[in-house]
Amino acid sequence: MATELETTSAAGRDPRPGRWRRLGLGRGTGRGAGTRGGDGAGRTHGAGPAGAHGPRASRRVRFRRDRFLLLLGVPGLLVVLLFNYVPLIGNVIAFKDYQPYIGIWDSPWVGFDNFDVILNGDPAFVNALTNTLVISFVQIVVVFPVPIALALLLNSMLSERLKRVAQSILYLPHFMSWVVVVAIFQHMLGNAGLLNNFLRSHDWATLSIFGNPDMFLTLITSQVIWKDAGWGTIIFLAALSRVDMELYEASAVDGASRLRQLWHVTLPSIRGVIVLLLILKLGDVLTVGFEQILLQQQQVGADAAEVLDTYVYFNGVIGGNWGVSAAVGLVKGLVGVVLVLGANKVAHLLGERGVYSK
Amino acid sequence: MTDTIIRDERRGDGGRARRQRMIAGTPQPGLPVRGLKGIVLLIACALVILPFLAVVSTSLADQQQVTEAGGYVLWPERPNLDAYRAILSGGVVSRALMVSIGITVAGTALSLTCVTLLAYSLSRAGSFLHKPILLTVLFTLFFTPGMIPTYLTVRQLGLLDSYWSLILPTMVGAFQVIIMRAFFQEIPGELVDAARIDGANELQILTRIVLPLSKAVIAVIGLFNAVAYWNAFFNAVLYINDTEKWPLQLVLRTYVVDNAAFGVDTADIAGTVMPPAQSLQMAILVISLVPIALVYPFLQRHFAKGMLIGAVKG
Repeated sequence: MATELETTSAAGRDPRPGRWRRLGLGRGTGRGAGTRGGDGAGRTHGAGPAGAHGPRASRRVRFRRDRFLLLLGVPGLLVVLLFNYVPLIGNVIAFKDYQPYIGIWDSPWVGFDNFDVILNGDPAFVNALTNTLVISFVQIVVVFPVPIALALLLNSMLSERLKRVAQSILYLPHFMSWVVVVAIFQHMLGNAGLLNNFLRSHDWATLSIFGNPDMFLTLITSQVIWKDAGWGTIIFLAALSRVDMELYEASAVDGASRLRQLWHVTLPSIRGVIVLLLILKLGDVLTVGFEQILLQQQQVGADAAEVLDTYVYFNGVIGGNWGVSAAVGLVKGLVGVVLVLGANKVAHLLGERGVYSK
Repeated sequence: MTDTIIRDERRGDGGRARRQRMIAGTPQPGLPVRGLKGIVLLIACALVILPFLAVVSTSLADQQQVTEAGGYVLWPERPNLDAYRAILSGGVVSRALMVSIGITVAGTALSLTCVTLLAYSLSRAGSFLHKPILLTVLFTLFFTPGMIPTYLTVRQLGLLDSYWSLILPTMVGAFQVIIMRAFFQEIPGELVDAARIDGANELQILTRIVLPLSKAVIAVIGLFNAVAYWNAFFNAVLYINDTEKWPLQLVLRTYVVDNAAFGVDTADIAGTVMPPAQSLQMAILVISLVPIALVYPFLQRHFAKGMLIGAVKG
């Protein structure tokens, strides 16, 4: 078999044995480890004399060989370029006084003028930034642990069937749009909603949850928990199912109670996943439920409910301050990247794996 | 191949639970603890289910019961479909429903096609331009271009108030390309070599070998895309001003979240009383949930593995 392939590739017809070898993009998981025998053979072969990857095959040969493959990728690649890279370049308007009728390229350069709102602390911007950070902080402290607790609870259920049913129910809200979630909350907890109707019919005091700026943070936090806490358990449940059984057995021999097992075996074993998700969350610290907040901002006003994304939207798309909004958006994006890289660095220093490993 | 592995894992998982339970020496949790866990879980599930129950019940309830209950009911005593008849007999909701269905079907089909083809063309390490293209796709995971430049791009392309503005910008997700590419790379090279020796060309290899082996991942990504298109809300706020072209989510916001008065042409259902406002609102809500409810069982069968592999590989 091998010789046959070598002959064909020597003849220049098919110089690609072993091309299916896995490009270890992620860290190779154990998935399908048992079926990989053939792949190993292909890999050895690919590294052998017939392995015509890289410099040995000239560009022209490789182009001729792969042109159809390339062609297949063109539509998808075009969409990526058009809606990711063109807007990326379009960020130059952050440094311009953008006039819609002149166009991006002919609008005059203004240097860092558009960044004045950030540098000089424009009150509206500072308000949006403060709200964003407060909401993010609450979401990290309050929302982040909920799926972990829920996953531990599900994982410890004795009845496998009960666990499955609960999972199906708890995952469901994740697939609802924010419009639906907000609508449901409003009709259940709003001033004319189910809860207040019930309270009113018993002559009890009603709860002003919607339209109340003081309750806004509580409201959106509970919405996030309702929608995504169940879904968030998936990744922790997967990590929990990979905990080494022998650790439990060893700890049981040492006389550990279930609580001690939780603290000394279970939680340390899923620490890597927790850190990973925390890093991703930190990178998103300037992005908080945009659709969710946009839907409910009117009811409580901008003081309580303006966040960076809504600031960009109202200032730019609605208000026409294109340059300033783009500047705020650009800084927000850059800070996000820096935060992820920074958090990842810290994770490495603490001996964790992080999002990517070096 | 994938199926076997998943099944094995599942069996192993069931075994694990039992094994963990019976680890010698670990005291079993007492009845109070077990009861407490059950109650906590029950409350969590009730918090999810009860609102849906109230929504569906109210949509089916008649005027008398809605008035008596003061707005919402948990169980319809005389269920009827008047509210559904009213909103589906033409008008805003019916039109928005058609728009949403169209966007979802077309968007999912186009998105799957582009993602699959791009993933396949990137699945062969060492092919021409493989690395630059892969990096181009990967890089988009690290940044978001920003709302303003994206909006200006869409406007520049003349897509404002066009259905394309709801489809194209979110059509190719880098993450999906990476997941699918990882699946394609798991396919044993021998299969492809054999097909090539038999004279199959690139397209035949893709359609006869690679795609049939990747049905699961294609189904998962397709379903997730469909749900995303169906639920998309902000893109429509940004790009669609023409109310005639509103998708269902915008109609939902206007009539159910912002409580705009809902005018129904009652001429078609002459002789009947106009259904109560709450029933109409809840009926719109239910209609927007029907497609999700339909695909949920399929999603559920697949998402655990799709998302997991995605989470691990990404």
